[in-house]
Amino acid sequence: MYRYDEFDHALVSQRVEQFRGQVARRLRGELTEDEFKPLRLMNGLYLQLHAYMLRIAIPYGTLSSRQMRMLAHLARTYDRDYGHFTTRQNLQLNWPKLADVPDMLADLATVEMHAIQTSGNVIRNVTADHLAGVAADEIEDPRIYAEIIRQWSTLHPEFSFLPRKFKIAVTGAARDRAAIKVHDIGLQIKRDEAGEVGFAVVVGGGQGRTPMIGPTIREFLPKKDLLSYLEATLRVYNLLGRRDNLYKARIKILVHSLGAAKFAAMVEEEWRHLRDGPLELPADEIARIEAYFAPSPYARLDESAPELEALRAGNADFAMWCERNLDSHKQPGYGIVHVSLKPEGGAPGDATSAQMDIVADLAERYSRDEIRVSHEQNLSLPDVRLDDVPAVWRALAAAGLATPNIGLISDIIACPGLDFCNLANARAIPVAQELTERFSDLRRQHDIGDIKIKISGCINACGHHHVGHIGILGVDKKGKEFYQITLGGSADENAALGDLVGPAVAYDDVTDAVEILVETYMASRKDGETFLGTYRRVGLTPFKEALHGAH
Amino acid sequence: MALIKNGELVDDIWVTIASAFELAGASRPIVSLELWRAERGRFRNTNAPLGIRLASDQSPALIANDLDRFEVLALEFPKFTDGRAYSHARQLRERHGFCGEIRAVGNVLRDQLSFMVRCGFDAFEIASDRPLEAWRDALGEIGVWYQPGADGQTPAMVSRRTARGQPC
Amino acid sequence: MTPQKLKIVTANRLGDGAVVYLDADGDWSARLGNGWVALDQDDETALLARAAQAEADLLIVGAYSMEVARLGDGLAPTSQRERIRSAGPTVAAGEVPAALPATPRRSA
Repeated sequence: MYRYDEFDHALVSQRVEQFRGQVARRLRGELTEDEFKPLRLMNGLYLQLHAYMLRIAIPYGTLSSRQMRMLAHLARTYDRDYGHFTTRQNLQLNWPKLADVPDMLADLATVEMHAIQTSGNVIRNVTADHLAGVAADEIEDPRIYAEIIRQWSTLHPEFSFLPRKFKIAVTGAARDRAAIKVHDIGLQIKRDEAGEVGFAVVVGGGQGRTPMIGPTIREFLPKKDLLSYLEATLRVYNLLGRRDNLYKARIKILVHSLGAAKFAAMVEEEWRHLRDGPLELPADEIARIEAYFAPSPYARLDESAPELEALRAGNADFAMWCERNLDSHKQPGYGIVHVSLKPEGGAPGDATSAQMDIVADLAERYSRDEIRVSHEQNLSLPDVRLDDVPAVWRALAAAGLATPNIGLISDIIACPGLDFCNLANARAIPVAQELTERFSDLRRQHDIGDIKIKISGCINACGHHHVGHIGILGVDKKGKEFYQITLGGSADENAALGDLVGPAVAYDDVTDAVEILVETYMASRKDGETFLGTYRRVGLTPFKEALHGAH
Repeated sequence: MALIKNGELVDDIWVTIASAFELAGASRPIVSLELWRAERGRFRNTNAPLGIRLASDQSPALIANDLDRFEVLALEFPKFTDGRAYSHARQLRERHGFCGEIRAVGNVLRDQLSFMVRCGFDAFEIASDRPLEAWRDALGEIGVWYQPGADGQTPAMVSRRTARGQPC
Repeated sequence: MTPQKLKIVTANRLGDGAVVYLDADGDWSARLGNGWVALDQDDETALLARAAQAEADLLIVGAYSMEVARLGDGLAPTSQRERIRSAGPTVAAGEVPAALPATPRRSA
């Protein structure tokens, strides 16, 4: 993984001291809240419903054990002993005090972490595929480019006051595990006809009030042109994005109103002046960053792992866990272990500081010191020897981190919602909790199979409900919580936005409604079809009828 | 209002004027785009010092062919959150090769100063009740920059090559 | 006659972001029940002016007026959002269940 050099260290330390000065001036009254707000947002500090909230960047979802231990330390020392992993691979702490935040940032800097630009109208954390570097179908590791983009976008003097926030995602394979089509810019690593590696560029996807699947505005961009092309795109947006209406300020609105072809032409025109200039990426610079992500040599192991097989045969719980939480690795003898942060009745994505420390220990001992955060609010240990999997499982199970539900109905994505968030209209966490309790029977969960439920507490869609197989959106109807349900959304390479299944449902009726929808799927499915597969075949009508007929 | 230039508080020798009537009394006027367009012929026929002020939605491209006529370009930040002038300043320096003064006017606050400098601004019209020390401090807060800008500061990518003894 | 909507003023404390209410003594307290009730528009304006001063005095940030209803001797919020602001999150987020099962639970 990337290691800071003297320049990275200097920048982060200077940034901490700068923010320390800004907090001091705020507390002395030399800065009003209006003047201070964009500054604190640029360091990831929100003012939420009950308290401040600090959003710590985990670049492309990759962490070392030392870094995870620091997150645990911050949660324990400055907060309430837990943190929340988000759909953008970041960590949120819900209860920091304003005066403590500079010290927290200073602590983070000692382990090469920060909270720079995790909020505000700036370029945010660049996310990537959480299986980067270990997935068999990868063309190149997307984190190389996510790191290059991270540096280019950090404290970018021209793009620190954009019309609105800006989110970039990179996927390293044709299978899109980074949801690039619902990002402001999505990059897909690909090869051209000559076999040269470059990017397809998608611009103008997004969720929220006006969800859109982004069009591809450039089929192939050579690697060396990555930063100059991004700069051209951001400049067009900075100059032409709407600044009169908060809800129409994202780049997706601009792309949609101009049309993809016209927008692309404007970017190309701006790019004419920028390409082949100081932003051109030299091959040796790419190689330099690439070297950080090259894995240390794997042990040469057999494909078979007798201890694992014996346990799988003899222990039904372990077998069930292997089926969902253990993925194959491109290296023989290794596996990818998924750590579920979705226990029954739990808040999705939350981990206590004790749990974070346990995951750190396991990573250091068994996973070559690396942890990944997915955008579905779980963690992964990407490099575990199959022989070590039984020991890892036992340790995870003892810590409440081995719920065997990755990708199943209880593996729900939910934003913090009205329990925590200033922007929310309705709660999301208890909706998720009740669903996991209704569907607690693991055999039933396995029978239902792959299904992604995604819950957002408001139209800002931090729970990614538009791309849930079942999407649930909380709305406020006369001060009461209601929920719109959508079906058939998907965040992968066949991205789609969900279809509304009917009028909004009251809080007390959501669990029943979801159960009816799931039962409808079970009754209609053909051999081995997933929920999404059945929905795509039979359409909305049977689900609509089942839900309305029941009332 | 006070003017910072080259890290010092200086007297502003320019006057922003609102209408053609005021031109007679002003030896160094900064005019609006509208006034420039209305009086372009007259302005082009003299060499009297001239500056122009652009609103945040007025692109430098609109005066690209006449940049040689201006000593000062005043770019507006109507609210400090309106970041369009950063792009305009860079285009002026890097694309159009403008070498005169680019001045930040409007809602100019010290916490945006270093961004402005990197985009090519070299003068700043500020509310005069804030001490100069604070502005100087603001300029020194961040010394390392990842990306190339319009101010000639060496970006980290290049510094790293130098540190490793590689050619730039 | 339609009764006037009762309002009080709420904000977040600058130092830790905690929810506070302008109470009948002119202090900012965590207890909603003792809130200083504005009976009409003029009252409301006056209370918000006090809040503006408190913001200038670096006590609070982001004040606004919110609707309340009388409940017994005290006051209660009328919206879910204000209920949650007053009582805290409705979920015990981050708490690990007391008795951790050695293996995941499964119905018989």
